[in-house]
Amino acid sequence: MDFSIASILLLDGITNGAIYALLGLATVLVFTVTRVIFIPQGEFVAYGALTLAMLQSGKTPGTVWLLLILAFVAACIELIACWRHHHNVSRAVRSAFKILVFPLFISLTTIWVAPQMFPLWLQAIISVAIVTAFGPLIYRVAYQSLEDATPLVLLIVSVGVHFAMTGFGLLFFGAEGFRNPSFWDDRFAIGSVTLSGQAIIILISTLALIVMLWLYFERSLSGKALRATAVNRTGARLMGITSHTSGQLVFLMAALIGALSGLLIGPTTTMFYDSGFLIGLKGFVAAVIAGLASYPGALLGALVVGIIEAFGAFWASAFKEVIVFTLILPILLIRSLRSGHADEGH
Amino acid sequence: MNKQKIFISLLAISIPAIALLPLPDFWIVQLNYIGLYALVCLGLVLLTGVGGLTSFGQAAFVGIGAYTTAWLTLNTGISPWITLFIGLGLTAISALVIGTITLRMSGHYLPLATIAWGLSLYYLMGNLDELGKYDGLLGLKSLSLGSVNIGQGRMFFVLTWTILIVAAIALLNLLDSRAGRAIRSLKAGSLMAEAMGINTFRYKVTIFLIAALFASVAGWLMAHFQRTVNPSAFGLKMGIEYLFMAVIGGVGYVWGAFVGAGLIKLLDDYLQVALPALIGTSGSYEVIVFGIAMVLVLKYLPNGIWSLVANKLPSPPRKIDWHDAKPLSTRTKPALGELVLKVEKIRKQFGGLTAVNDISFDIHAGQIVGLIGPNGAGKSTTFNLITGVMPKTTGQVFYRGQDISAAPSRVIARQGMARTFQHVKMLNDMTVLENVALGAYTRGHCGVISSMLRTNKNEEQRFMKEAQQQLERIGMGQYLHELAGNLAMGPQRLMEIARALCCDPALLLLDEPAAGLRHKEKQELIKILRQLKNEGMSILLVEHDMDLVMNVCDHLVVMEFGTLLTQGTPSEIQASPAVRAAYLGMEH
Repeated sequence: MDFSIASILLLDGITNGAIYALLGLATVLVFTVTRVIFIPQGEFVAYGALTLAMLQSGKTPGTVWLLLILAFVAACIELIACWRHHHNVSRAVRSAFKILVFPLFISLTTIWVAPQMFPLWLQAIISVAIVTAFGPLIYRVAYQSLEDATPLVLLIVSVGVHFAMTGFGLLFFGAEGFRNPSFWDDRFAIGSVTLSGQAIIILISTLALIVMLWLYFERSLSGKALRATAVNRTGARLMGITSHTSGQLVFLMAALIGALSGLLIGPTTTMFYDSGFLIGLKGFVAAVIAGLASYPGALLGALVVGIIEAFGAFWASAFKEVIVFTLILPILLIRSLRSGHADEGH
Repeated sequence: MNKQKIFISLLAISIPAIALLPLPDFWIVQLNYIGLYALVCLGLVLLTGVGGLTSFGQAAFVGIGAYTTAWLTLNTGISPWITLFIGLGLTAISALVIGTITLRMSGHYLPLATIAWGLSLYYLMGNLDELGKYDGLLGLKSLSLGSVNIGQGRMFFVLTWTILIVAAIALLNLLDSRAGRAIRSLKAGSLMAEAMGINTFRYKVTIFLIAALFASVAGWLMAHFQRTVNPSAFGLKMGIEYLFMAVIGGVGYVWGAFVGAGLIKLLDDYLQVALPALIGTSGSYEVIVFGIAMVLVLKYLPNGIWSLVANKLPSPPRKIDWHDAKPLSTRTKPALGELVLKVEKIRKQFGGLTAVNDISFDIHAGQIVGLIGPNGAGKSTTFNLITGVMPKTTGQVFYRGQDISAAPSRVIARQGMARTFQHVKMLNDMTVLENVALGAYTRGHCGVISSMLRTNKNEEQRFMKEAQQQLERIGMGQYLHELAGNLAMGPQRLMEIARALCCDPALLLLDEPAAGLRHKEKQELIKILRQLKNEGMSILLVEHDMDLVMNVCDHLVVMEFGTLLTQGTPSEIQASPAVRAAYLGMEH
């Protein structure tokens, strides 16, 4: 291996690492606020990329139908729960309607937009909007009534959600793979390394998203409320921050991050309905490196995962997954030696 | 007869019956698979249902067992009866590595590590030329004993289900033993278990290991039954399905593994045909149903299907067969007045805050010492420092002349210092007798293997006799067979004292034993404390109830803001202006 190959691999690793970083951040975000280990994070990636692919071919993406079904189920659950709690029909109908509004709006828009073949950026925005709408609905349907369950039960629920979402992915997108067009086709030569426009977009978007997340958590009231929930749920609840709202909000952000990652990664690889899982899990390994707690840690971990994957693919391409996922064992060993048994209280 | 025994005998009778019945071969094959899956699920019952840990990687352990025997029998011609043990060895090594690395950390790291592990092993099996890549290895031989082929059809059915039932009996035996009670206590958090002298980390690794070994045996059987192995049967999806089988059947029950394995296997077969027909294209759509069902089960039937059956069949009380058991050996007790506990300048700092500031006091044999002080005085922290729950910043503690300053709580318990908890920590689904027997853990030796083989019967009887005696000692003889979860607060606290007494302590540490008790119950508690003192027990009491403290204590240690305010007899303390000021404020 010479310098130019090494720098190509490094660049490749950093580009993929940037995506894993976003997913790792989302995982940490969801875990700290809700204690849910959100295995299906990667499914949002696949849904995002495939939704855009369907729009590209002028078809109504299957996610629309899934979104409508899910919204309807969530609204029914909300209606019943609210009626049981308050015994007030108009209030129950109102809160159920609130859940339905956005999914209904975005679905109808998409059905209208699909055959019009709008420019790529507009289709991208619509894809993100559809997938983002899934976040709060999934929280409402699968997790909200289990808020007080142990992290272990929530983890098993996550695996169930992952199963269901993968299956629905197959149902609505089919087994065929898609590769999205690049957002920026130019290439730039820097010395011996060629930098693709898509890689630049990936790096810049990741940085921008991280800065935006930082601003949100540091400067906005709802961001601070989420941080409060992460530190102490009961305390936050006593301050009027309901765990329902913060849970739905954080799932909304996770879905948004997932969808954006899907758009970013879509042009660099062929996406299948189940491709998201492995991508998400690599973000996950990054989050575990950070102990599921630190955002800069997850970012750093993701870059490490991306780079190791790139070099692993070069030296032993068949075993790159083996290398990446076995990596978790020495990481956990180090964490375990450092923390002793102090991690008990989670 | 015990209901578990009834099920076992029913199953044992039905195995030869089923093998002889003219059932279609298809159903025998189905039963073979159900048996193999149930064996894996049995491991999950122990790991997840009883121990509160979870693994998504059981399929990977099945894979190790299967690939080991496949490769070895094909390439070296070693007999499968030997490769079984080589496979078990390899499984044990990988389980020990993963377990040792992850189980010191909080509960969710094990499932995460097993997910990663399951994935790497899948890709490893699928990419190694030596293992036939994704096509796997073909042409394995069926199992045979001498010249008799027992690897197919009805013979294999008998073999698998015999192994399965032996495993189930071993598991039931294990759960009702010293080691089993220790494993069951893992779910209640490590604090209580460690205070009973149990090495929780070792037991966590042990149950993970047992679950992995069960899976490995299933893999060995599966390889020789299918006569081919390929990675798809050992991937993460299958690992998740095993857990799902256990959860839907009832992960807390041995029989839940059977129900779950049977139900999911049949449902899986049905859906794999029905759903693609319904939808019109092929594909594994059954995951949608499984995923949704998983969420629904956890929501509405968290204890699984078998819990419906188990609730209908209450357990008969344990048969009392320990009248003639020899009593457990006891330790030599200190002579009256001898120094039992010496606390010397212990200090605890949390950052800039000094929660406990150089506290010193002594306890002599036969004394009841009360540790009192207003809220936030640092009593509980002091208690935790003495019992080894928290490390001290500086200072020393001597118990009967031995330095125990750096000892963890399980070592302290073994020395003969037993404690109770401010918030009662017990196992709701065990009887009072079994909960109390947990306290005698340090006085026995029988481990996991002798429990599984039931060679521990003698020791168990001695445990039960001791537990019964301690319960009768504090007047709870009528509650032996009651479930601990059904007790009111008063009896719960007394049960904790009986459990501590079961450890044969020379010093008893009681953390707010009167909290939440009614007047009558407090009277009862005072009577018991006096009685224990008369029997020569030394007691350290952290308590808020002044009546009780003044009534029973010989010596009082008063703390305020982490420092020692004063110490002396109850009447001296009552007369002390400093104590009055601490509790009531200064007069102006």
